[in-house]
Amino acid sequence: MDPMIFVQYSPILIRGFGLTILAWLLGTVFGMALGLVIALVQRYAPKPVTWVIQAYIEIVRGTPFLVQLFVLYYGGPMVGLRLDPLPAGIVGLTIYGSPYFAEIFRSGFRAVPHGQIEAARAIGMAEPAIVRRILLPLGLVSALPALVNFSIILTKETVILSIITVPELMYQVQRMSTETFRFLEGNFVLALFFWGLVEVISRFGRRIETRITRHLIERP
Amino acid sequence: MFSVATFIDSFGPLLYAARYTLLISGLGIALGLVIGALICAARLSPFPALRRFAAVWVSFLRGVPLLVQLLLVYYLLPVIGIDVPAMVAAVVTVGICASAYVSEIWRGAIAALPRGQSEAAVAIGMSPGDIWTRIILPQAVSLSLPALVNELILLVKASSLVSVVGIMEITRASQAQAATTYRPLEVYIAAACIYLAINLCLAAVGRVLEHRMAV
Repeated sequence: MDPMIFVQYSPILIRGFGLTILAWLLGTVFGMALGLVIALVQRYAPKPVTWVIQAYIEIVRGTPFLVQLFVLYYGGPMVGLRLDPLPAGIVGLTIYGSPYFAEIFRSGFRAVPHGQIEAARAIGMAEPAIVRRILLPLGLVSALPALVNFSIILTKETVILSIITVPELMYQVQRMSTETFRFLEGNFVLALFFWGLVEVISRFGRRIETRITRHLIERP
Repeated sequence: MFSVATFIDSFGPLLYAARYTLLISGLGIALGLVIGALICAARLSPFPALRRFAAVWVSFLRGVPLLVQLLLVYYLLPVIGIDVPAMVAAVVTVGICASAYVSEIWRGAIAALPRGQSEAAVAIGMSPGDIWTRIILPQAVSLSLPALVNELILLVKASSLVSVVGIMEITRASQAQAATTYRPLEVYIAAACIYLAINLCLAAVGRVLEHRMAV
């Protein structure tokens, strides 16, 4: 084990880590946004539209993320969709995450007591206002733990972007390993790093959860 | 444009490679069930050291991406002098990774059983061994079946990553096919179709199991 190689390669490792975080943040935010739109459309759109979206959900959830990336990155140019690795990776993460986020939002909305929505209708609230002031605030709070959980799963998916040559952390570690012939050390430290990252993010996520759901805890 | 002929032709080699995808995920879940049972037992055991070990095992394997685990094992084995075919290394890595999730599924299933049942069993004088084999395990196993099928679906998808260490499963075969035909779009969509077909079948099995248990 030679710690010097990590010092020597620290600039590209740090840059790689930056890209990992960037791809994760953008992929999660866009994926959540798309998922929310899908969940709302599924709730209000006419039947045929929901069938199409249901098919999208099944297809994305039934295929590996790596194959989705290959279709997008290598297959895309054949139909005029030419993306650089990083944008392709972010679009890929967005598409991959959206059906899972949509299902999380859907069950969050289902947890909103129907009586509250009926009550809102009874006092004459318009449907958009019901969504904005009843469905979203209540549904999002009950969806929060699952949202945090899936966002954590997405951090681990970012390493797959290295296969389509996004220069994120995994990619840079492989580059370092190939140039120094130290394959074991690099991957070992990478494993420890992700372990720590996931633990930190889950702790942080639990803190946010308890903060936002404070009002739900019954005091004796 | 999209070439339907290439798309259809891709299915031959990809379906052949599908047997390795099924083999890796099937053996992976089998190994995961065995190791997962041991880890779950360690987690529920009265020995703090074992409990601690199981907790670290689960947290490490769930915290580290499978791709990193695969490369770690791939580079670690030669260093510690173990010479096995890549296929064996892949199955073992996938199985060990699955064990963390399986043990959590079983822990959840056991925790979901009403406490009153084991109390009642104690009250009528059953031995601890009998309580486990006749009350807790049969129910926990059937309770956990849908979640285990779900885990198997995740493994079928995760097995695409072993393409990185050179095993000719669906994804690796589609890369080879895309390289020879220069038609990545058709080939990768064909690969996606095969994965989708496998997973839709598994999901149908999962629904049947869930339905059976609800009755």
